[in-house]
Amino acid sequence: MATTLFDKIWDAHVVQAIENGPQVLYIDKHFIHEVTTPQAFAGLDKRGLKVARPKQTIATADHNVPTKNQLEPIKEALSRKQVEALIANCQNHNIELFGLGHPFQGIVHVIGPELGITQPGITIVCGDSHTSTHGAFGAIAFGIGTSEVEQVLATQCILQTKPKKMRINVEGVLGKGVTSKDIILYIISKISTSGGTGYFVEYAGSAIRSLSMEARMTICNMSIEMGARGGIIAPDEITFDYLRGRKFVPENFDDAVAKWQLLKTDDDAVFDKEYHFDAADIAPMVTYGTNPAMGIKITDTIPNNDDAGLEKALQYMDFQKGQSLIGKNIDYVFLGSCTNSRMEDLRQFCALVKGKQKAENVTVWVVPGSKQVEKQAIAEGLDKILIDAGMELREPGCSACLGMNEDKIPAGKYCISTSNRNFEGRQGQGARTLLASPLMAAAAAVTGKITDVRELLD
Amino acid sequence: MEKFTTINSQAVPLNMEDVDTDQIIPARFLKATTREGFGDNLFRDWRFNADNSLKENFVLNNKTYNGKILVVGKNFGCGSSREHAAWSIFDYGFRVVVSSFFADIFRNNALNNGLLPVVVSPEFLQKIFKEIEKNPSTKIQVDLENQTITIETTQEKETFDINPYKKTCLINGYDDFDYLMSMKDKIEAFEASR
Ligand code: SF4
Repeated sequence: MATTLFDKIWDAHVVQAIENGPQVLYIDKHFIHEVTTPQAFAGLDKRGLKVARPKQTIATADHNVPTKNQLEPIKEALSRKQVEALIANCQNHNIELFGLGHPFQGIVHVIGPELGITQPGITIVCGDSHTSTHGAFGAIAFGIGTSEVEQVLATQCILQTKPKKMRINVEGVLGKGVTSKDIILYIISKISTSGGTGYFVEYAGSAIRSLSMEARMTICNMSIEMGARGGIIAPDEITFDYLRGRKFVPENFDDAVAKWQLLKTDDDAVFDKEYHFDAADIAPMVTYGTNPAMGIKITDTIPNNDDAGLEKALQYMDFQKGQSLIGKNIDYVFLGSCTNSRMEDLRQFCALVKGKQKAENVTVWVVPGSKQVEKQAIAEGLDKILIDAGMELREPGCSACLGMNEDKIPAGKYCISTSNRNFEGRQGQGARTLLASPLMAAAAAVTGKITDVRELLD
Repeated sequence: MEKFTTINSQAVPLNMEDVDTDQIIPARFLKATTREGFGDNLFRDWRFNADNSLKENFVLNNKTYNGKILVVGKNFGCGSSREHAAWSIFDYGFRVVVSSFFADIFRNNALNNGLLPVVVSPEFLQKIFKEIEKNPSTKIQVDLENQTITIETTQEKETFDINPYKKTCLINGYDDFDYLMSMKDKIEAFEASR
């Protein structure tokens, strides 16, 4: 029978199917961080159990860490306690920790791929919904809750009901100034925040195939924003080239590639749902509301309809129906998060701000996704470009994506953010978030207002 | 895990769609290292003003409404995977959440904590909201064994779906952990076969 890429990987990881119930799914790699694991380790300790396969779990500290002076003790007591608990738990259970001060530390979804731990054909879980990011490599990767983290630690398995399958095809060539962030914001604006619920999504089509690995990660990352369990892209030469030479890839790399090449959806496989989009119709996007589906092309205006959710969102954002966002003053620019904090994002941002000055009315935070990204950015002189423009390169972490550390947007302020969620209070109590691409963020940083980035590109 | 059989209780109506986990429990309250006490911060920024005074017009602060059942609009629990969302709802005292549509991870997390997510038709959901609006003391009965939800005042009833495995777990207070631990040999055999 013809099967999808998703079926192939999933079915190869089923240890046992429960009649009328979920399946016991084997997990190859498990990423953990400080926020969603303390209760799981406490549970294990209470049961007197040890982690079953410590080599298959990899830890980092990211959600709660400062992005300045990372080597000093964390000032905030509760944050410090969480990071300390992670260190103790990893020691106690022999888990490799890329913690603060380690050259591999960074946002969990940035370090997995850059270290080559994320590989085609494997299953990956993490107590974090954006685990979907790793699907860009042709892996099945999804977020789980803390109870499930505990189960994986103890047994290397979880119980899952197999999701339905969706394919989203994007064909054609992207226009000037249009990035993969715009593709995914565009898709979510079309199919809503619940359009993907119950599904695992495969992204396909010529526009997707042409993207770099970093750009593909941005797309898979935001699968959860349409409710999907995860996103996946078939591995190809671009994938293999990215992985070749990375630290934790298989020793017999060419043999691995030969196996990975088989990972694709059969021509006549059937999906439960399928969408087709035209890349030429996508423009730089920006969100105006309080969920990621409330997005428009920069040249469009905020919709004008009688939806209670829309009204509540516009009240929070202090925007009006029918309004254009172009020219609207903003207060903060955040370049960071597991959606857009990789080298390519920093390079795009810096290419645009190079030789220009930050607008006076904005505060700009550039937060690299990992220590390795930070190091590479400095090696390429991006830190200098930022300093010359009146900005600075900070240290890695989730930062203002969720405002758990001190990087919070003040109440009522507007922030153009390259992250993935614009929920009420996500970046700080009362903060107003507009999601956009790194290019759109750069345009706002130098003009101080929402700007169609295409006007600044030659 | 607490055993679940039947709940017959008043309900709290939160007639809003797309309620995300950042609203259920904001990130700044995720710093705890234990599972307890999250109920105090359930819907924190909708319940309290910045100075910690109560927001009068939020439904959880309205004494007219109480009970063990939370009734919510569609796509409840979207956003992050934080299990703290399920913990906070349970810790606050709810045992059932009724909606026409739940986000996936939230639904899993709820089931793993003895909090029953009941999916009803959009029409039935509106009926519940209407009845509670008419009469806040309306009781709702949720019978897991028979998979029915009944509005007491009108005796309108709907059946709901639940995975038979999860149903058995809830009724007996078992969780997935015990099941997976019992699979140890199978898991090892699987590893050996790869
Ligand atoms: S950067 Fe944001 S979305 Fe990504 S893992 Fe961190 S908190 Fe979650």
